[in-house]
Amino acid sequence: MPHRKSRLPDYLLDIQREIEGHARAYGLDFWDVSFEVLDYKRMQEVAAFGGFPVRYPHWRFGMDFDRLSKSHVYGLSQIYEMVINNNPAYAYLLEGNSLVDQKMVIAHVLGHVDFFKNNYFFSRTNRHMIDEMANHATRVRRHIERFGLEKVETFLDACLCLENLIDPLSPFIVRHSPEPLAREQTPTPELPRLRAKGYMERFINPPEYLEKQRKKLDDERDKPRKTPREPERDVLQFLLDHAPLEPWEHDLLSTVREEAYYFAPQRQTKVLNEGWAAYWHSKLMTEKVLQPSEVIDYADHNAGVLAAAPGQFNPYKVGLALLRHIEERWDKGRFGKEWNECNDYDARRTWDKHLGLGRKKIFEVRRMCDDVTFLDEYFTVEFCAEQKFFSFSRDERSGNYQIDSREFSKIRNKILFQLTNFGEPLILVEDANHDNRGELLLGHRHEGTDLHQDHARATMEALARIWRRPVNLRTLVHEKNRVLRHDGSAYSDGSG
Amino acid sequence: MALRIDPDHRRFRDIVRGKIRQNLRKYISSGELIGRKGDKTVTIPMPQIDVPRFHFGNQGQGGVGQGPGKVGDVIGQGEQAEGGAGKAGSDPGEHVLEVELSLEELADILGEELALPRIEPKGKERLIAQKDRYVGIRRAGPESLRHFKRTFRQALRRQIMMGHYDPKRPMVVPVHEDRRYRSWKTTPMRQSNALMIFIMDVSGSMGDEQKEIVRIESFWIDTWLRTQYEGLESRYIVHDATAREVDRDTFFRTRESGGTMISSAYRLCAKMIADEFPPSEWNIYPFQFSDGDNWSSDDTATCMEILKKEILPAVNLFCYGQVESPYGTGQFIKDLDEVFKSDDLLVTSEIKGKDAIPDSIRRFLGKGR
Repeated sequence: MPHRKSRLPDYLLDIQREIEGHARAYGLDFWDVSFEVLDYKRMQEVAAFGGFPVRYPHWRFGMDFDRLSKSHVYGLSQIYEMVINNNPAYAYLLEGNSLVDQKMVIAHVLGHVDFFKNNYFFSRTNRHMIDEMANHATRVRRHIERFGLEKVETFLDACLCLENLIDPLSPFIVRHSPEPLAREQTPTPELPRLRAKGYMERFINPPEYLEKQRKKLDDERDKPRKTPREPERDVLQFLLDHAPLEPWEHDLLSTVREEAYYFAPQRQTKVLNEGWAAYWHSKLMTEKVLQPSEVIDYADHNAGVLAAAPGQFNPYKVGLALLRHIEERWDKGRFGKEWNECNDYDARRTWDKHLGLGRKKIFEVRRMCDDVTFLDEYFTVEFCAEQKFFSFSRDERSGNYQIDSREFSKIRNKILFQLTNFGEPLILVEDANHDNRGELLLGHRHEGTDLHQDHARATMEALARIWRRPVNLRTLVHEKNRVLRHDGSAYSDGSG
Repeated sequence: MALRIDPDHRRFRDIVRGKIRQNLRKYISSGELIGRKGDKTVTIPMPQIDVPRFHFGNQGQGGVGQGPGKVGDVIGQGEQAEGGAGKAGSDPGEHVLEVELSLEELADILGEELALPRIEPKGKERLIAQKDRYVGIRRAGPESLRHFKRTFRQALRRQIMMGHYDPKRPMVVPVHEDRRYRSWKTTPMRQSNALMIFIMDVSGSMGDEQKEIVRIESFWIDTWLRTQYEGLESRYIVHDATAREVDRDTFFRTRESGGTMISSAYRLCAKMIADEFPPSEWNIYPFQFSDGDNWSSDDTATCMEILKKEILPAVNLFCYGQVESPYGTGQFIKDLDEVFKSDDLLVTSEIKGKDAIPDSIRRFLGKGR
């Protein structure tokens, strides 16, 4: 099924070829894209499946579908575009959209596919995920046939609760070397002693001191080895390695983990990816593709895509604006030591060295950045002011959301906080033998925001089901140390 | 069109239904669904079913936005702080999913949960409605029903048979005999109509709480019976010392003071049935709610007379629900039970509080009559 011929009608195929030609001329580099026209129902179905034609059976997809159909019925949302990171890429067009919309979507999708292919964070994703997803579906179906829907579903529910406990950078770096086998272990380390001439030895390394050191080393060696040696961020992998799982459970958990890693880069690069695609659709449309009669419709729809209600952070809008900002800076040479050290407002305002490096620079950004580095590096004071950013929070008394600051550093920190680790809490495995009772201990690296308590409780329950022994989570609640604990049947949150 | 996601969607709906069923008694007793009833659907608030995860509680977290405005400008209304400050983060049901359910589905769930049997409409006395369906073709009929395709086919057939048809000049001209008309068949449709008569005591001793119970119970009875009959009418009678017919709104709002003569309502009820709803065509269900305090034992005796002679012979079931009131003696239910102990047509139920509503509904409707 994956390599079937494109089902695109000829006139759209011609348009696709034309836009692809323009895009290549601009330097975009993408795989073959196979477009398919879907009616809105199938579009919602595919959207609920995360863009894929088939997923393993789970009610969560049904729930998403339910929500999408409802918001379609109430006219709240319309899915315009969807594309899968796969080689060849698959993308969908909504049946009945006007031609100018289809052109816009095609151009937009090419931006995404270029991004998938070239951005570093996508470099380790499975490029045949369509096939893999179908395999997952088949395997899960087989488990259901064998063990029953209830059982498999319950376990899947538990796995999905932990879906976000992964280490998005783990495909790229080795966090720690594998544990050496016992017999290969390095011989007992020597006693540390200071170098001294023979006659000074007794004074510089007195025997009592050496004795103490020896004892310390012995203690160190006899101390039970902790698993994991270092706190482990890839909780799912840790569970796969250490939890007492049946083979089918192992398979389900690893399926969930694999898919989570596949989707991770898309969540890591939301702003940049959408910004990049928006940049290219507007460039391609306005400079090459648009017919004069289509301009108004295009401008209207484009404005819709890039609109942001107050209090909304629209990745399309922010990403696009920031890329253009970068392009302008590098075109005009507004970077480097000289620029940074210039405090003359007027000089900065009219600064232009006619370098024309902008295009090159944004291609570099698309290759190397994810959202965090993109915004950390390029979100400048000027950009912040020009784009009228503000930070808002909830007023305790009125319950309303209010603008609380227009201060650059505050806004920037808030954005970065929201993007770091997908704006989710960082939770690591600390110890698999907590209290020497085979209990699991997780640690929450608290950065100022508490966990959602109800959901934490439910998640702990899921974790206990997988670990089959009590599980503990060390966190802060209202600035007090707490240990949330679930022992499989009861939940408690004590101070710890 | 079958979608691949249909099984997942169905499964999700099942889970939602299961949740509703689990909490049905709570929904019934709290009465909150009544206000959420639309024309054919009811929206049910339920705790989020989504997969739980570790994520941040979002008390006052806010975010970053773009646009004009000064520091301090309000950009959006927050939900009003419920249950005092600081608690918001841990309240269950904070994220509410609204599920829309058709009334039929809701009634099905009610039926399953309370184990209500399907109602057998009264044996022979079903109203026969007629429905016409086009099933065939005939040679004569009104021009408006002429079947063009068949007519021309007939004409073509005739021309070919008679050798008048020339494929090079394919002209088909129907004559009178070629005309074909649609024919219909009348099929009798069994339709059973039902009438609900709600009778409520609005005398001084019935307080707001008692009326709320009546309101909730009648909502659910209505929901259930509606799925059992195609045509369902409801009438409302309130009474203190005298009875009158009112519309639905008034029924639940009226508050009178004064004495109680239940017989007045029975008389009106009997008259209504006799005048407008011949028992041979209608399945009749009177539901009476009272605190059980009647004016005098004389009046109670009259009541029994009317019930026995006029009302019971006409109805499918007569339901008497007695709500507990601090003022009443609650004597009436005892009198009824004594007189009609062995009569299947009359069901009594004491409703002690909102929590007793589901059981009371079950008592009333559990007979399947």
